Amino acid sequence: MVDVTPADAIPPAEVAEVELYHPHSWWTKYVFSQDAKVIAIQYSATATAIGMVALVLSWLMRLQLGFPGTFDFITPEAYYQFITMHGMIMVIYLLTALFLGGFGNYLIPLMVGARDMVFPYVNMLSYWIYLLAVLVLVASFFAPGGPTGAGWTLYPPQAIMTGTPGGQDWGIILMLVSLILFIIGFTMGGLNYVVTVLQGRTRGMTLMRMPLTVWGIFTATVMALLAFPALFVACVMMLFDRALGTSFFMPAIVEMGEQLQHGGGSPILFQHLFWFFGHPEVYIVALPAFGIVSDLISTHARKNIFGYRMMVWAIIGIGALSFVVWAHHMYVSGMHPYFGFFFATTTLIIAVPTAIKVYNWVLTLWRGDIHLTIPMLFALAFIVTFVNGGLTGLFLGNVVVDVPLSDTMFVVAHFHMVMGVAPIIVIFGAIYHWYPKVTGRMLDERLGQFHFWVTFLGAYLIFFPMHYIGLMGVPRRYHELTDVTVMTETAHHLNSFISVMALIVGFAQVVFLFNLIWSIRHGREAGGNPWRATTLEWQTPQTPPAHGNFGKELPIVYRWAYDYSVPGAKEDFIPQNMPGTFGTSKEPA
Amino acid sequence: MSVILVFLAVIAGFAGWWLSHQRLMAKPWLEQGVIGDLVGMEGSALPTAKIGLGVFLAVVGCLFALFTSAYFMRMELSDWQALPIPRLLWFNTGVLVLSSIALQCASVAARRGQIDTVRLGLATAGLTALAFLVGQLMAWRELTEDGYLLASNPANSFFYLITGLHGLHIVGGLVALGRTTAGAWNGARPERLRLSVELCAMYWHFLLFVWLAIFALLAGWAATFIDICRQLLT
Repeated sequence: MVDVTPADAIPPAEVAEVELYHPHSWWTKYVFSQDAKVIAIQYSATATAIGMVALVLSWLMRLQLGFPGTFDFITPEAYYQFITMHGMIMVIYLLTALFLGGFGNYLIPLMVGARDMVFPYVNMLSYWIYLLAVLVLVASFFAPGGPTGAGWTLYPPQAIMTGTPGGQDWGIILMLVSLILFIIGFTMGGLNYVVTVLQGRTRGMTLMRMPLTVWGIFTATVMALLAFPALFVACVMMLFDRALGTSFFMPAIVEMGEQLQHGGGSPILFQHLFWFFGHPEVYIVALPAFGIVSDLISTHARKNIFGYRMMVWAIIGIGALSFVVWAHHMYVSGMHPYFGFFFATTTLIIAVPTAIKVYNWVLTLWRGDIHLTIPMLFALAFIVTFVNGGLTGLFLGNVVVDVPLSDTMFVVAHFHMVMGVAPIIVIFGAIYHWYPKVTGRMLDERLGQFHFWVTFLGAYLIFFPMHYIGLMGVPRRYHELTDVTVMTETAHHLNSFISVMALIVGFAQVVFLFNLIWSIRHGREAGGNPWRATTLEWQTPQTPPAHGNFGKELPIVYRWAYDYSVPGAKEDFIPQNMPGTFGTSKEPA
Repeated sequence: MSVILVFLAVIAGFAGWWLSHQRLMAKPWLEQGVIGDLVGMEGSALPTAKIGLGVFLAVVGCLFALFTSAYFMRMELSDWQALPIPRLLWFNTGVLVLSSIALQCASVAARRGQIDTVRLGLATAGLTALAFLVGQLMAWRELTEDGYLLASNPANSFFYLITGLHGLHIVGGLVALGRTTAGAWNGARPERLRLSVELCAMYWHFLLFVWLAIFALLAGWAATFIDICRQLLT
């Protein structure tokens, strides 16, 4: 144990440069607020609201798949619109916005010991542009022709052709405009998250003392800042193709006996751009989840995280590697076999740092004092789910396996498991964990238990059978499959079963929403640090934290974020801002 | 996609260099107390706004690198017909260089506290940047009058798209420059003004660099250069 405090007096943590914006009216305090905590709640509420739309869309899709021919209003066009909007909303407007805009805004300043984000005004703009993007997206539901039905990947040429819902109407245009707005808004927020981590840390908070949550969100934001431009470029060029008749992506096409004005464009170019964004996006969602789960496990197992350094390196390694695997989404695009070989190799390599993380979580649990609180349950469920989804990812990373499975339900099951269920489970765990800090009250425990078990078991009952019917050859993307050979009686029954489970799991989310709202007033009083955690957000003088977060003086950080169960210490946790030297905590790696 | 990968490799190099100074090998579980004697552990001494702008420029650079990547990939297809580069673009380039120089002068003057030179520099930079934009619009008009329309060939589409996007970034910069200029006339605090001028200069130099790169790209020299490199390698 080394005491690294310098001999001379410790200077105060406050920096003269910081100018905290003080709200003057109700409007600037709660609506056009520049306080990261308020912006976080605005982001979260908006993301949850639009996420509920996507949830309902998934119900409608499942109703159609499970009980084909029963629901007349779900036409093939409507079905494609549901798929598209469900995917796009869940991946971008819910997961990305909630992890980075929601948790990033709330946790970064509090966890690194800052009063607020470094550019509060830009941060506020970020939210309002995000809201505008969401509104444009919602508007497409009411536009003539409805929203686009191009699939969430929006592949040209079909995305902007007559046969696709919204292709020659407003749908696709509104979709592209909404994405462009989202990216502009996100860039504004992302600058804040990155620069706050770089510049806003309080005295003593070195990078290697940051909680892994901050590491995860920070790295994911850097990746997002570099990956979203690819989507931006793709969207702008597609918008030109659709609205101004250029041929960036559009090849020469005869549509309904008529030669379109386009010619010579390359749809593959779009795929490259899209997946150059799309694959890092998987990790943009996963890395914050990794970070948060590390903190949940350590806190609720009362044990320091195993292999902290390795965890940090793994986060950085995954972030870097994720930029060189994008074409594994394009194995069936007819690319050169050597490219396939290259991208299969990089894809499998990324499993190494990811596996390191999984082992470290499990080893953190080993001989820990595991409290099976709701956040911990979700964290444990995440490990299992992520391993499951990750393993099928290793299957699909190989070209020979991917080619026959690419168009089946197996892929649907895989990506839902790994980037749908797994991150959402972390979001739930994180909400149960930090809700007491945000509101000052605990979420209801019994409702939480109900929510957890129905969601966790239900998600498995939905997606495990889906792997199976995928292997049987049931294709994805079809509105109705009744009289084809792959749709055996078993497959059909499983499909109906999955649909029923989807409705039940969806219902559990409604219970969760009720819990969120009900507990604001009726939850048990939480106190400042109900989980007895070490990180700075739990050490604020007020709960919920007041404007400026830390009262008169910023905290000074004396230790890393994981001093749990240190031998010789009075309690089983030592907050990061507690001075003094304690015991000899065992070296974890 | 090689251009964007090279760009990201450069970014990764920067990030790696920076990370290597952040004690990633430390064993935080063994260290207690305030790590105060290590310089730069708690953020950089540079003003936060500068770092913010730096990160933003990395994003903008990424955007143009991606357009360049797309340009090269689309260029290889058979329907590509390069369009003639209007001579006016040379003049515009000169104007933009002037604009950058003016801002550099303003930045130096701000450091020395010569407020009159700062005002002169800012005004010159603003006017020359406006002249650049007008010049770009005239180049567009010249091309459209000669029949090189947006949708008639992908080379044209890329020309309008990339120059347009670059122009939009200049417009955005002009907003910041306008506010700085207003501050210079209305007696903003000297250190605040100095920072604003330096930020503008940084942004302008970057956009000049981007312009030179895309000028080389659109004029076809970039492709020739890459061909030569490729031949040297094989």
